[in-house]
Amino acid sequence: MFDLTGKCALITGASGGIGGAIAKALHGAGATVALSGTREAPLQELAAELGERAFVLPCNLSDPEAVAALPKQAADAMGAVDILVNNAGITRDNLFMRMSDDEWQSVIDVNLTANFKLCKGVLRGMMKARWGRIVNVSSIVGATGNPGQGNYAAAKAGLVGMTKSLAYEVASRGITANAVAPGFIETAMTDKLNDEQKSGIMGQIPAGRMGTADEIAAAVLYLSSQEAAYVTGATLHVNGGMAML
Amino acid sequence: MSDIPDRVRKIVVEHLGVEEDKVTESASFIDDLGADSLDTVELVMAFEEEFGIEIPDDAAETIQTFGDAVKFIKEAS
Repeated sequence: MFDLTGKCALITGASGGIGGAIAKALHGAGATVALSGTREAPLQELAAELGERAFVLPCNLSDPEAVAALPKQAADAMGAVDILVNNAGITRDNLFMRMSDDEWQSVIDVNLTANFKLCKGVLRGMMKARWGRIVNVSSIVGATGNPGQGNYAAAKAGLVGMTKSLAYEVASRGITANAVAPGFIETAMTDKLNDEQKSGIMGQIPAGRMGTADEIAAAVLYLSSQEAAYVTGATLHVNGGMAML
Repeated sequence: MSDIPDRVRKIVVEHLGVEEDKVTESASFIDDLGADSLDTVELVMAFEEEFGIEIPDDAAETIQTFGDAVKFIKEAS
């Protein structure tokens, strides 16, 4: 139902499970996609799978110069950036009392500051085009908190506030900014949990299962679409009822 | 060089949808011409493109009036 033909989308973290699914969903709806991530091999594999309309732009979001260059690289490759999906994220979990300044800062830098810079970097083109979609991938823990993830939760909650502020500023220019907050999703990261951890988590999810990357991608696809033009500043929680916000 | 004021005026008229004779030397984009803060950002973007110059953020903040814009662009180009 959603047609992104002629739109160009930059997706960060496209080498991961959720990012890859987002790229496939937007591409499947007709968009040209720029796949960004730190690991080039999986990006190349994904680009090969997608075929036409796919570009690979490796970028380490902890490198400020690389972040500054990415919007222009994407615009040069695709001709424009109409849709930005800030999906990339890292974790450096530790208990609050043990968390080092470096663990704190590296997560804030990649999960929050880099997203700010990428949003800023694509806005000029979107303002001129009077059309744009920014989707920032937050997390359920940004709303609920999570032990061991003070840094990650702070960055993900920060993204929501940032997204709302941006949404205010650019709404009159046909640009929307929204967040998607996944709950527990089946990815390489959650595969590492043991059975006991998994059953503990399942007990907290009314849907009784983990979500899939495709279910996150579907939310991003909607928010990227023309049909979602009147949705801005929102956070779409995709969590099987784990937190009803 | 001498056509800078006319080119700037044209951009302002087009972007803000105001009458040409309202765009006087001392006309403030926000106070007199009905621009909001985002409009002023867009005007600066349009000036940069029209004249092929870079207007850094701190300089952009000093461009409040039509006269300010013309003066800055004359010096920069």
